[in-house]
Amino acid sequence: MSRPKIARKSTNIDMTAMCDVAFLLLSFFILTTKFKPSEAVPVNTPNSVAAKVAPEKDIVMISLNNEGKVFISTGDGAADKDKKEQILQSINNSKGLGLTDAEIKALVKAPFIGVPFTQLAGQAKLPTEQMNAKLPGIPVQDSTNNQMIDWMRAVAEVYAGTKPNLLLKGDNVAKYPAFKNIITAFKKNDLMKFQMVTNPESVPSGTDLWKANMKGVKQEDL
Amino acid sequence: MAEMDTSSQGGGHKKGPGVKKGKKMSTRVDLTPMVDLGFLLITFFIFTTTMSQPTAMKLFLPKDTDKPEEQNKAKESGALTIMLGDKNHVYYYEGILDPAGANFKSSNFKDIRDVIINKKRSTDEKDFVVVIKPGDQSTYKNIIDILDEMSINVVKKYALVDISEGEAQLVKASDASAGS
Repeated sequence: MSRPKIARKSTNIDMTAMCDVAFLLLSFFILTTKFKPSEAVPVNTPNSVAAKVAPEKDIVMISLNNEGKVFISTGDGAADKDKKEQILQSINNSKGLGLTDAEIKALVKAPFIGVPFTQLAGQAKLPTEQMNAKLPGIPVQDSTNNQMIDWMRAVAEVYAGTKPNLLLKGDNVAKYPAFKNIITAFKKNDLMKFQMVTNPESVPSGTDLWKANMKGVKQEDL
Repeated sequence: MAEMDTSSQGGGHKKGPGVKKGKKMSTRVDLTPMVDLGFLLITFFIFTTTMSQPTAMKLFLPKDTDKPEEQNKAKESGALTIMLGDKNHVYYYEGILDPAGANFKSSNFKDIRDVIINKKRSTDEKDFVVVIKPGDQSTYKNIIDILDEMSINVVKKYALVDISEGEAQLVKASDASAGS
C-alpha cells in the first residue's frame, strides 16, 4: 500500500486578507478617537493614583488656572447646555443683571464663563476667539465677594433632586487660598461631593494600596 | 484567488509566432510589511486613546458645624498633622504641637510616605487620623499630592483643615530658614 501523496503547498500565505483587517481596525480606531478639544483655558492638572475616569455628562467644571483665575463651564451635550441656560437665567434673576435673551444665548454658546457678574453682558458680546485666559475670571479672592457662592447656589437650584458632577480642575501651580475659596462655595451650598480632575499615575509598588490592588480589591471599596 | 497566469508556458501561442514576449513580472506583492505597519499603528492608537483619559479623584467634604458635640474629635495619640509650606516643603507633627515646637519636624514629599506608614503601623486603626493643613503658599499640586498619599497608604480618616496662626508662623519661619 502506498501512502497517498500529500500535495506540496506553498509556504507563502496570502497577506491581503490580513492587511484588510489591519487597516479596517486602524481606520476604526482613528475615527473613533476623540481628539482632545482645544482648551480655551490651559490647565496642567497634577497626577494622582485615582483610577476612576472623569465623567462627561451632567458636569459643572470649575477651572482654576495658574494665575488663580477661576472659570466655570458645563459639558458639551444638549442637556448640559440646557442646564447652563437655566443656571444663567437663575443668576440673571437673582442678581438683577438684566441680560437679554440674546445675551444669555451667546453666553450658553461660550466655552466658559470667566467674568464677574457685572461684566457678563460684556463677555456675551465677545467673539469666541477672544474668550481665553485673559478674561478676569470669576472673583473668589475674598469672602466678601466670593461670587462662586452665587454660581454654586444657581447650580444647586438647577440640579435640585439630581446630582451634578462637580469637577474641579486645578493647575499645578495654583495657590491654596483660591482652592479653599472654591471649596467654601461648595460647602455653603451643601454640595459636599466633588471630584478633582487629574492625570493617571501608577501606584508605587509596596504600598498598602498597591497590595490591595494586587489582591483585587477595588480602590473605591477601601 | 485572483492570480495572474505568470507562467511562460504557452504564451507564444496567443500572440502568434514571431511576436516578442514582454518580460512578465509577478503582480503579487508581499503584504507582510504593510500588515506589520497596520498593526503597529493600531497598537499606537489604542495606547494613546486610553492614556489621555483624565481621571477624577473624589473628595467628600464634611459639614461645617458650630455645635461642639457634633464635631469629630481626633484622638491626640492617633493624630498626625501635616502642613504644607512654600516650595514643596512639608512639615508634620504627631499628636498636639509642642508650645516650643519641639515635635515640629520638616520633611518632603518623598519621605512623608514613610512617616505616614510608620504612624499607621504604630497606632490603632480606629484612632489614626491625618490632619492636612495647607499653608497659603502651598500649591494645588501639593494638595493633590498629599491627598494622593492618603489613598496610596489607604488612610481612611483624613481632614483638610485651615492652618492656625501659630502653625502658619512656624511654617513661614522654617520655610525662610530652609532657603530656596
